[in-house]
Amino acid sequence: MSKTPLLEVKDLVAEVDGKTILNGISLTVNPGEVHAIMGPNGSGKSTLANVLAGRDDYEVVSGSVRFKGQDLFELEPEERAREGVFLAFQYPVEIPGVSNMQFLKASVDAVRKHRGQEELDAPSFMKLAREHCKELKLKPEFLKRGVNEGFSGGEKKRNEILQMALLEPSLALLDETDSGLDIDALQVAAEGVNALRNPERSFIVVTHYQRLLNYIVPDYVHVLAGGKIVKSGGRELALELEEKGYSWIQ
Amino acid sequence: MSDEIESLIRREYEAGFVTNIESETLPPGLNEDVIRIISAKKNEPEWMLQWRLEAYRKWCDMEAPQWAHLQHPPVDFNAISYYSSPKSKDDAPKSLDEVDPEILETFEKLGIPLHERAKLAGVAVDAVFDSVSIGTTYKDELAKAGVIFCSISEAIKDYPDLIQKYLGSVVPQQDNFYAALNSAVFSDGSFVYIPKNTRCPMELSTYFRINELNTGQFERTLIVADEGSYVSYLEGCTAPMRDENQLHAAVVELVALGDAEIKYSTVQNWYPGDENGKGGIYNFVTKRGVCDGANSKISWTQVETGSAITWKYPSVILRGDNSIGEFYSVALTNGYQQADTGTKMIHLGKNTKSTIVSKGISAGRSQNAYRGLVRISPRAEGARNYTQCDSLLIGDQCGAHTFPYIENKNPDAILEHEATTSKVSDDQLFLCRQRGIDEEKAVSMIVNGFCKEVFKELPMEFAVEAGKLLEVSLEGAVG
Ligand SMILES: Nc1ncnc2c1ncn2[C@@H]1O[C@H](COP(=O)(O)OP(=O)(O)OP(=O)(O)O)[C@@H](O)[C@H]1O
Ligand SMILES: [Mg+2]
Repeated sequence: MSKTPLLEVKDLVAEVDGKTILNGISLTVNPGEVHAIMGPNGSGKSTLANVLAGRDDYEVVSGSVRFKGQDLFELEPEERAREGVFLAFQYPVEIPGVSNMQFLKASVDAVRKHRGQEELDAPSFMKLAREHCKELKLKPEFLKRGVNEGFSGGEKKRNEILQMALLEPSLALLDETDSGLDIDALQVAAEGVNALRNPERSFIVVTHYQRLLNYIVPDYVHVLAGGKIVKSGGRELALELEEKGYSWIQ
Repeated sequence: MSDEIESLIRREYEAGFVTNIESETLPPGLNEDVIRIISAKKNEPEWMLQWRLEAYRKWCDMEAPQWAHLQHPPVDFNAISYYSSPKSKDDAPKSLDEVDPEILETFEKLGIPLHERAKLAGVAVDAVFDSVSIGTTYKDELAKAGVIFCSISEAIKDYPDLIQKYLGSVVPQQDNFYAALNSAVFSDGSFVYIPKNTRCPMELSTYFRINELNTGQFERTLIVADEGSYVSYLEGCTAPMRDENQLHAAVVELVALGDAEIKYSTVQNWYPGDENGKGGIYNFVTKRGVCDGANSKISWTQVETGSAITWKYPSVILRGDNSIGEFYSVALTNGYQQADTGTKMIHLGKNTKSTIVSKGISAGRSQNAYRGLVRISPRAEGARNYTQCDSLLIGDQCGAHTFPYIENKNPDAILEHEATTSKVSDDQLFLCRQRGIDEEKAVSMIVNGFCKEVFKELPMEFAVEAGKLLEVSLEGAVG
């Protein structure tokens, strides 16, 4: 019996200022699967993640995306988030003066409300946030600082994982979450992701380094080049790429 | 900037209702007779009338200032009525029980219950409706501590010595055009006196409400903190939505004697006009404090979200050695609002210190200017000033301007100045939305974060209020 896909991207074409960036992408992600996306700089990996999350700088020209069976493009970015689409940003932005805790609470409140769950009171939320911080080896002071304000590159990335852990999405798009992490932090972040893996939850992991995939073992690896998926395979494809480079495919 | 941020502006002004009560309003126009009538209506002593007339004569020779970064048609001072009071059966109400229930209801709707049972815990309120103070809560409790908190009209009758000594001592009659006008026609306002070595047992607050059409409001506030005393005072204001511009020209004077401290907070939410820039309050206000004695401190905190035009520079004269002046300001403009606001810190005494933190937020088609002066006199050895001026832009049709002036006559003084301009970026908004937070909530969160340093200076009860006010004032700032 075939499962209903969690995400079904068909022939997706998207452009910015009249320039085509995604040029016919098709991708099916079933519940519980981990897909890795690799590919040269500028090939459209972040664009794909952003289009799925609903960033409006991009114009979807043709194609369709179904998420949990519904047309994803019908939903506003915040609605997609509440439905369970999570994007860990390649370059997380700072929001000065807004404490991480306040931001996380507003976010978790919004998502829980949508799911028909009760708002967490401040003490229970704080407890939960502190536990997750501990798992990610982030100091609790981290929660009091402004969102990403003065965070180091690696701290920003771990903060994204913290948000993911709190929001418990059904589809997590991790855009180069491993870039900028030291070896220990990489392992901690990967553990954070693995702890969330379950038969319902899926991940799309964008990375340049096959090393990450030693920790987060993917079910599929895709190579994106020139706005198209040019090759798909299993875990071993990443190793092969590392050895031979992208020119091997083109 | 995305279209969403550009698309503008439908704000809800919750305080915009009109109270239907009978009132007694002078016909528009200003001359010496009008001043005599105002003074007579208030049963003022002769010296007060003479003081007003003197101010009026000075005003007649003055001209409205043109230097501010503001544009508006000239104000027709003869089209304004200078006195309006609710018509009550007898003369003025003797106690809150005698106040017209419609008026009590008005204040209740604004969140300022005045009657005994519901009055705000821990905050004594003087409520001013159009030109008159209609009552003050917690009078007895304050009297026990020796604190005087009453309307300025009462003070003129009951405490003439204090009034004659301090009225106009910080802002002289001829200080500027609007201050001269106020000195001639001021109707009511609050008077506070804190005796020596007394910590005022509660927050004091005045709430100003303009109701009557075509009426100016010219209130006058005087706060005197005697040696070693402390008081925290909060001022709030609203007005109905009217198509006409209404004039508000207040004067606030603060006097802190040796070792005394005055903390003055304002949450100003006068009607800002509609989305096309029609109507709204012209807010031309002179606020100044003098740190008269050594080790005294005056701190201004203001959150300004209302008024069509704001022209105000709460200032501190640091005369006493080691005295401290502070100015924390959030000025938010949206729609077609214009604000030209800032402060003056005049360092005269030795080792005087001042801190200026100004946060300007401009949205819509508004213009927001910070104008500040730091003056260090030759004898102000060891003076220090820290100024931080931050502007936040929402959308790209608004403007932010800073005009910092420094006059330093003492080479030992240390002055630091920091200024930033930033925008609510699409990236920040997208981050929030990607986390499930809707756009309006996101903008208000970002703006609140930007204002955090100022909000933390407000008394607790009002910090929350101020946050909510920003949220309302920003409604419609993004599509
Ligand atoms: N908002 C935009 N405006 C103009 N061009 C854009 C925009 N966003 C993306 N592009 C262009 O689209 C192409 C794909 O960019 P994208 O960020 O998706 O690449 P990527 O695969 O994530 O690259 P990297 O590995 O460097 O992160 C690039 O040429 C980029 O310059
Ligand atoms: Mg990228």
